[in-house]
Amino acid sequence: MPVPQPESPARQLRCCGASGCRSAGGDALLAALRTACDADATEGLTIKPVGCLRLCGRGPLVACDGPEGTRLYGAVPPERAADLLAAAREQGAEAGGARAALESHRLDLEHPFFRLQRPVVLETCGQVDPESIDDALAHGAYGQLRRVLAELTPKQVRDEVRRSGLRGRGGAGYPTGLKWDTVALQPPGPRTVVCNADEGDPGAFMDRSVLESDPHRLIEGMAIAAYAVGADRGYVYVRAEYPLAIERLRLALQQARRKGVLGRGIFGSDFSLTIEVRVGAGAYVCGEETALLLSIQGQRGMPRPRPPYPAQSGLWGAPTLINNVETFSAVPAILREGGDWYAAMGTEGSRGTKVFALSGAVRHTGLVEVPMGMPLRTVVEEMGGGVPDGSAVKAVQTGGPSGGCIPEERLDTPVDYESLLQLGSMMGSGGMVVMGETTSMPVVARHFMRFSVNESCGKCVPCRAGTVQLAELLDRFVEHRAEAADLERLEELCGMVRATSLCGLGQAAPNPVLSTLRWFRHEYEAALREPSHCEPPDTCTVGPDGETRGYAP
Amino acid sequence: MSVVTLRVNGQEVAVPAGASLLEAARAAGVELPTLCHLEGLTPVGACRLCLVAPEAGGRLLPACATEAAEGMAIRTDTEELQRYRRMAVELFFAEGNHVCAFCVANGDCELQDVAVAVGMDHSRFPYRYPHRHVDASHPQFALDHHRCILCTRCVRVCDEIEGAHVWDVAMRGSQCTIIAGLDEPWGDVEACTSCGKCVDVCPTGALFRKEDTTAEKHPHAERAELLRRAREQHQWSNQ
Amino acid sequence: MTVTPASAATTTATATATTAAPASLAQVVRRHGARADALIEVLHQVQELHGYLPPEALREVATLMRLPLSRVYGVASFYHLFRLEPPTAHRCAVCLGTACFVRGGAQLARRLESRLGVELDDPAGNGTWAVQHVSCLGACGQAPVVVVDGVLVTKLPVDQPEELEERLDAAGLPRPATA
Ligand SMILES: Cc1cc2nc3c(=O)[nH]c(=O)nc-3n(C[C@H](O)[C@H](O)[C@H](O)COP(=O)(O)O)c2cc1C
Ligand code: SF4
Ligand code: SF4
Ligand code: FES
Ligand code: FES
Repeated sequence: MPVPQPESPARQLRCCGASGCRSAGGDALLAALRTACDADATEGLTIKPVGCLRLCGRGPLVACDGPEGTRLYGAVPPERAADLLAAAREQGAEAGGARAALESHRLDLEHPFFRLQRPVVLETCGQVDPESIDDALAHGAYGQLRRVLAELTPKQVRDEVRRSGLRGRGGAGYPTGLKWDTVALQPPGPRTVVCNADEGDPGAFMDRSVLESDPHRLIEGMAIAAYAVGADRGYVYVRAEYPLAIERLRLALQQARRKGVLGRGIFGSDFSLTIEVRVGAGAYVCGEETALLLSIQGQRGMPRPRPPYPAQSGLWGAPTLINNVETFSAVPAILREGGDWYAAMGTEGSRGTKVFALSGAVRHTGLVEVPMGMPLRTVVEEMGGGVPDGSAVKAVQTGGPSGGCIPEERLDTPVDYESLLQLGSMMGSGGMVVMGETTSMPVVARHFMRFSVNESCGKCVPCRAGTVQLAELLDRFVEHRAEAADLERLEELCGMVRATSLCGLGQAAPNPVLSTLRWFRHEYEAALREPSHCEPPDTCTVGPDGETRGYAP
Repeated sequence: MSVVTLRVNGQEVAVPAGASLLEAARAAGVELPTLCHLEGLTPVGACRLCLVAPEAGGRLLPACATEAAEGMAIRTDTEELQRYRRMAVELFFAEGNHVCAFCVANGDCELQDVAVAVGMDHSRFPYRYPHRHVDASHPQFALDHHRCILCTRCVRVCDEIEGAHVWDVAMRGSQCTIIAGLDEPWGDVEACTSCGKCVDVCPTGALFRKEDTTAEKHPHAERAELLRRAREQHQWSNQ
Repeated sequence: MTVTPASAATTTATATATTAAPASLAQVVRRHGARADALIEVLHQVQELHGYLPPEALREVATLMRLPLSRVYGVASFYHLFRLEPPTAHRCAVCLGTACFVRGGAQLARRLESRLGVELDDPAGNGTWAVQHVSCLGACGQAPVVVVDGVLVTKLPVDQPEELEERLDAAGLPRPATA
């Protein structure tokens, strides 16, 4: 079935209405544009609120489409609304003047930041109105769901996804097709699909942008997944810190139900699906899948040992498929273009494209979707434009609190799951925080360790008590009162917490320390104090005979 | 009943399907240190003392909470595991305020026993001396939070065996604490039946009977299993 | 003004309510059919009703939902967006996520502490204002950010003290009384 395409380039102004641009004054700008437009009753010009236009750091962003192409403007104050309208109109003296006046706000769409992007998950992000299902349908939304239900068996769908080589975008990179098979092949009975939209890694805002910009893509991906594994119930677990995403997702679900895209007998098939939104309440650990399931069940989000995996025993004990927002959102394009098409992008072990959130000490902050395997340097220096003051990049942090810092001399590494692991970091969900020369690495390590202390659920002792001890050891380095034995203790405890913690939070909590120790060890050594100033290390005893350590009398 | 065979430290054992790695280890005559686990209660895998290493590599597994699988091969006592267990016990001691010499459970404390078993004689990590309190509001029993290791046995026995669910864990991370009711004095919580099972299963001197003083607590951790067997299999042991 | 990311300080009031705000706790519970898995949703709505989760309300929730008291308190105290104490009249959240941290979030937090005379993460604050930290609001592209009474304020110029003070004035944060 052909994909409906939007008709030929109309004259329109697309205003980013995602939360980044809204907070930078996007709402005021949109209102001013609408008022100005009403006032001069411009013919044939549409003003359309859309989702993320990528360069979030320069918001509010407005794209101006016309037969002569698209121009993008950034940091536009509401007073410039009239100029934008004039610039959007036909060629002419007035338009020319307005364009000249806006020149300082113009952003170069040929800049590598835009040119090197390869939108798949984000293909209609910034194009569609996230609050209108009709607009989404006009851009092809639900076309693949309709086709899949009419033409493919669940197994054929899973085969296509397996062929695409898609791996989970939530962090661990588990092969998606394999996970779908595992759920589908469980003994007969009810199944559930769950979308992990808890996006808690500091520095990550990809999932938020998808939810705020193109929620129907996620719903379509989830519905296809539900069909492929035989589920008739779905949940999206969204963190409460994303109110706009929640609002738009709820609206999109409501519209989808009204249109019969969700509910009973979808598109005349015998496939039925309901999807509910569940809102978190401020617990990073609820991004971990077993904790997330407990949270959906209204409990404390405390992870449990796996196996059994959720694919075998998940929500209320039923086989449950859990995927990340981006994972599900890649599915419609994969089915439309074919698994081989997707697999042709990226590298051997990491197929396709990945969305990254670029932030920190970098000139161009925002969202980039690029083929896997692009060198980190290209992303950070070419696309991101390097450190704003022109000084050198010191390191790039990927993988959030579970990841590590990659030093400047390794920036030529291709971005894929394995290469990042080899460097002691990880892909994580896709946050990339650039650090300049002034950033101290023991301070960064402590920053993440404090995060883990704060977010540990407290169930298992290595994470609950070990992270506290690690944070305290790091304090000694940051405050230049560490001794050589502390370095040893630090490394040994990192190893223990990593190997023995119950869930991924504790297991990965030492990573920022280990990776900075690996690449920036001299900063830790420089923080050791003079040996002559050392105090004897704490030693106390406890014995079976009751002879114990000195507890303050 | 179907059976699975596996190897524990190189030795072949057969256990009923569904048995845990802990049971498999015991069948092979290997004792593993445990703290959070208690026969008769749902395993939680929280204390990490019973971790074992699959010979095939991969992550360490909590023996108490992992089902034995056909053909599996595990090691229970590698040098690495011993080091990790010792550190886990160090972390337990550094995290609370354990003054064995003045404790009701001295001499009959599982934490103390485990410290001996893993050869932990001092903590290399600084003691944190947390500010905690003692809840002596119940007429018969008391809870000294300084000695609590958050194993959640009390929570589980009260929920799963007694069915009263007086206890739960509140807060999170290092702030975690056992609470009764809405974080109220235990004596004010009407749901408590004063059955004393939580006191019986507590591995340390945290929960105790008020009449017991130093070194007088003698817990009955086996009660959980006996009661469960009586309830589910109608087999009584009359102890 | 733009009302965007909720935060520890604002929670999800607007996002959670699907229909008209319920008038009473019993109504909230009834709407969910007392299903145990609705506990978190119910707590969100109770907090919307009272501004925090008072003990009497928790007791009522437990009774109506037929859940153990300790379970309800355990859940309420696990999630950091639930408040167990009455909130101050005004609240500010400062992001200490990685992107904000790299762009001076910690200095910003210290600035707020001295400006308002409060301690970070002390829910009592100075009686009127309290400042809490949050770990990423997904606005990293505009780091560093704070949320003042529910309004996201972005790209604060930490290196330019005067401009920073002006932006904080504009956000509605009072200057020290002595000035
Ligand atoms: C502490 C912790 C936090 C996590 N947070 C997230 C998250 O915010 N979003 C997410 O998609 N996955 C997160 N994950 C990974 C999930 O557990 C799970 O692997 C993922 O949702 C599976 O989806 P995928 O296969 O599509 O990646 C987290 C894991 C851990 C251990
Ligand atoms: S590793 Fe940390 S977060 Fe995970 S179960 Fe253990 S205490 Fe909880
Ligand atoms: S009171 Fe005793 S049984 Fe309960 S968690 Fe603490 S140590 Fe375990
Ligand atoms: S006894 Fe197995 S983890 Fe505690
Ligand atoms: S780090 Fe502050 S908004 Fe993400």
